[in-house]
Amino acid sequence: MNRPVEQWASMVPVDDYAPTAFLDVRDLRIHFPTDDGLVKSVDGLSFTLERGRTLGIVGESGSGKSVTSLGILGLHKGQHARVSGQVWLDGEELVAASPEHVRRLRGKKMAMIFQDPLSALHPFYSIGDQIVEAYRVHNEVSKKQARTHAIDMLGRVGIPRPSERVDDYPHQFSGGMRQRAMIAMALSCDPELLIADEPTTALDVTVQAQILDLVRDLQAEFNSAVMIITHDLGVVAELADDILVMYAGKAVEQGSAREVFTAAEHPYTWGLLSSMPRLDRDRQDRLVPIAGSPPSLINVPEGCAFHPRCRFCELSAPLSLTEVPVMTETTPGHGVACHLEPAQRRRLWTEEVQPLL
Amino acid sequence: MAAFIVRRLLAAVILLVVVSMMTFAIFFLVPKLAGMNSDQMALRYVGRGATAESIQATKERLHLDDPLPVQYGRFVQGIVVGDEFNYGPEVVKCPPPCFGYSFRNSQPVTALLIDRIPVTASLAFGAAILWLVGGVSIGVLSALRRGSVFDRAAMSTALAGVSLPIYFTGLLSLALFAYHWKLWPNGVNYVPFTTNPLDWAYNLILPWVTLAFLYAALYARLTRASMLETMNEDYIRTARAKGLPERTVVVKHGMRASLTPILTIFGLDVGLLLGGAVLTESTFSLPGLGQLVVDAVFGNDLPIVLGVVMVASVFVILANLVVDVLYAALDPRVRL
Repeated sequence: MNRPVEQWASMVPVDDYAPTAFLDVRDLRIHFPTDDGLVKSVDGLSFTLERGRTLGIVGESGSGKSVTSLGILGLHKGQHARVSGQVWLDGEELVAASPEHVRRLRGKKMAMIFQDPLSALHPFYSIGDQIVEAYRVHNEVSKKQARTHAIDMLGRVGIPRPSERVDDYPHQFSGGMRQRAMIAMALSCDPELLIADEPTTALDVTVQAQILDLVRDLQAEFNSAVMIITHDLGVVAELADDILVMYAGKAVEQGSAREVFTAAEHPYTWGLLSSMPRLDRDRQDRLVPIAGSPPSLINVPEGCAFHPRCRFCELSAPLSLTEVPVMTETTPGHGVACHLEPAQRRRLWTEEVQPLL
Repeated sequence: MAAFIVRRLLAAVILLVVVSMMTFAIFFLVPKLAGMNSDQMALRYVGRGATAESIQATKERLHLDDPLPVQYGRFVQGIVVGDEFNYGPEVVKCPPPCFGYSFRNSQPVTALLIDRIPVTASLAFGAAILWLVGGVSIGVLSALRRGSVFDRAAMSTALAGVSLPIYFTGLLSLALFAYHWKLWPNGVNYVPFTTNPLDWAYNLILPWVTLAFLYAALYARLTRASMLETMNEDYIRTARAKGLPERTVVVKHGMRASLTPILTIFGLDVGLLLGGAVLTESTFSLPGLGQLVVDAVFGNDLPIVLGVVMVASVFVILANLVVDVLYAALDPRVRL
C-alpha cells in the first residue's frame, strides 16, 4: 500500500517544500490536549486553493471544518492547541510564522465570515465602529475616511440607507442584515483569501440565496480565493468549484464540484448526498440518513474512521478495520480515501447509490 | 435616554415611598399587631425610670393613639416639611427632614446623621476605589493567565479574603500594624477631611484596606469569571480575526463587555456601604452611621434607628438609579 505518503509529508523540511498554489495546506494537524485525552480535530489535512476559485468544505459537525479555518487564520496560536504541518499563503508559511506576523495578515490578506453574526458582532459597538476598526487596523486612514469606507462597504453588501444604518447596533439589524454587515467587515480590507464558516446557517432560505449571490458577486469583483465551510450540500452546489469532504479530521474525498456530485466515490459522500433533499427530482422515498453518529475525536475508530457507519465496510474488510486509507487519485484531480477498489466503487455508485438520489 | 431617566426617577420616588411605609410599619404597625398597646409603645420612646406622666406626655407627643394612617401622614410630614414639638415652656422646631430626637441625649436625629454621614462616606468611597482598582485588575490578569501561578495565588488569596470576616482581618491588622509595628501608635482616630486631609487619610488607611480586602477578593473572583466567559465569546474571536492587537482585543472588546455587569454590583455595594459599614466602623471605632445605628439598637433609641434606615434606603435607591442610568449609557441594548 502507499500508506507512507502521509508520513513523507510531515518529514519534508519546510525549506524544501515549494507551495504549488495560492493557498496550500500540507498535512495540517490541530490537536487539543484535554483531561480526557488528545482531541485530534484535524489530522493530516492537505488541499490547495487558487485565487478566483471557491472551495467548499463539507462534513458533519465535529469533522474539523471550523477548526481548520481557524487554524489557517492562526487563531489557535497562543491557545492550548498543538498545530503542526504547513499552511502556505501566497508563498509564505504561516504555521511557523510569528503570531504578530500572522496577526498583520489576518483581516487584511485573509478574512473570515463567521456563522451566527449576532454573537459574532460585539453588542456594545455600532456596526460602523466595528467595520471602521477592522479597516483602520490595517490602513493608515483618518476616522472620517474609514467611516466613508464603512458606509461604502455597507452599501455594496446591500444594506439600504447605509449612511444612516452605519450607526446602528447589531441588535437593531435583522439576521440577514447582520450577516451582510459581517461580510462588509470581512471584505473591508479587500482580502485575497475569504473564509466563510457556515455563512447562511442562521438565515432563512430567501436570505440564504441573497447572501450566496452576494459572496459570488464579491468574489468575482475582488478575484479572491474563497473557502466556504458548510454542512449544507445545497450551498456547496451553488457556489463551489471544488469540494473537500471531511470526516473525523481527515479529507475523505476531494475533487471538482461536478465530479463529487455526479461521480462520488466515497461511501461517506454517498451518505451525505442521500441525506440531501432534492427539489429537482420526484421523490417517493424518504431521505436516507447516515446511520450512527460522528466518532469521538479522542478515540477515532481503528482503520478507516468511517468503517463503523459504512454500509460497504465488509467489502473491503479486513483492511478497512486496520489500515487508515490514504487519499489516492482515481481520476485526475479527484481523490478518494477508501479501501474499496476503484472499479467496485464506481459500480456501487452507478448501481446502488445514484439511482436512489 | 431622557425618557428612560425620567422613568427611572419616578420609579425611585415610588420605591422611596414604599420604603418609608415599610419602615413605618416595622416600627409602629408590627408592634401593634404583636399586641402592644400605646402605653408600651410610648415606653420605648422614653428613658428608663420613666414616670406615668412622662409616658402619657410622650404618648400624646407622638400621637400614638391616632389611627395608623394619620400617624404615617405625620411621619411623612416630619420628613418632608418638618415638625414642631411642644415641650411645655417652649416650642421646638424640627426642620425637615425631621426624624425626631434621640431620647438618650435629646439631640435632633438629623444633626446626628449629618455628623456621621461624612465618616461613613469617607470610609466607603476610599475603600471602593481601592477594591475596584485592585479587585478588577487582579481578576482580569487571573482570567488572562488562567491556570498560571499568579492565577492560583490570587484566587487562593481571594478565597481567604471572602471567607475571613472583617472583625478578624480588622483586629489582626490593628494588632499587627497599629500596636505591634507601631505604625498607628494611637490606633485609628477619625479626623475630618476639612480639618486635615493628611491625617484624615492616615487614619483611614487601615479601615480602607481591611474593607477593600474583603470586597477586592469578591470582585477579583467576579471579574475573573466574567472575563473568562467574555473571552470565550464569538465576538472576541471576531476581534482577533480582524487582526486587532491582543491588547485591543482584551481591553476594548473583552473588558468593556465583562466589566459592565461588575459596575452594577459596584454601584449597589457602594450604596449599601453608605448606609453604614457596621462591622468595619465597629472594629475601628469609627463614628459613622453603622456605629450610630448599632449603639441606637442596643440603646433602644428608635428615632435614630428609624433615621438611619431611611437614610440607608435613600442611598441604596440612589445607587440603583445611578447604576441603571450608567448601564443604559454603557450597554446600547438597554436604550429601548
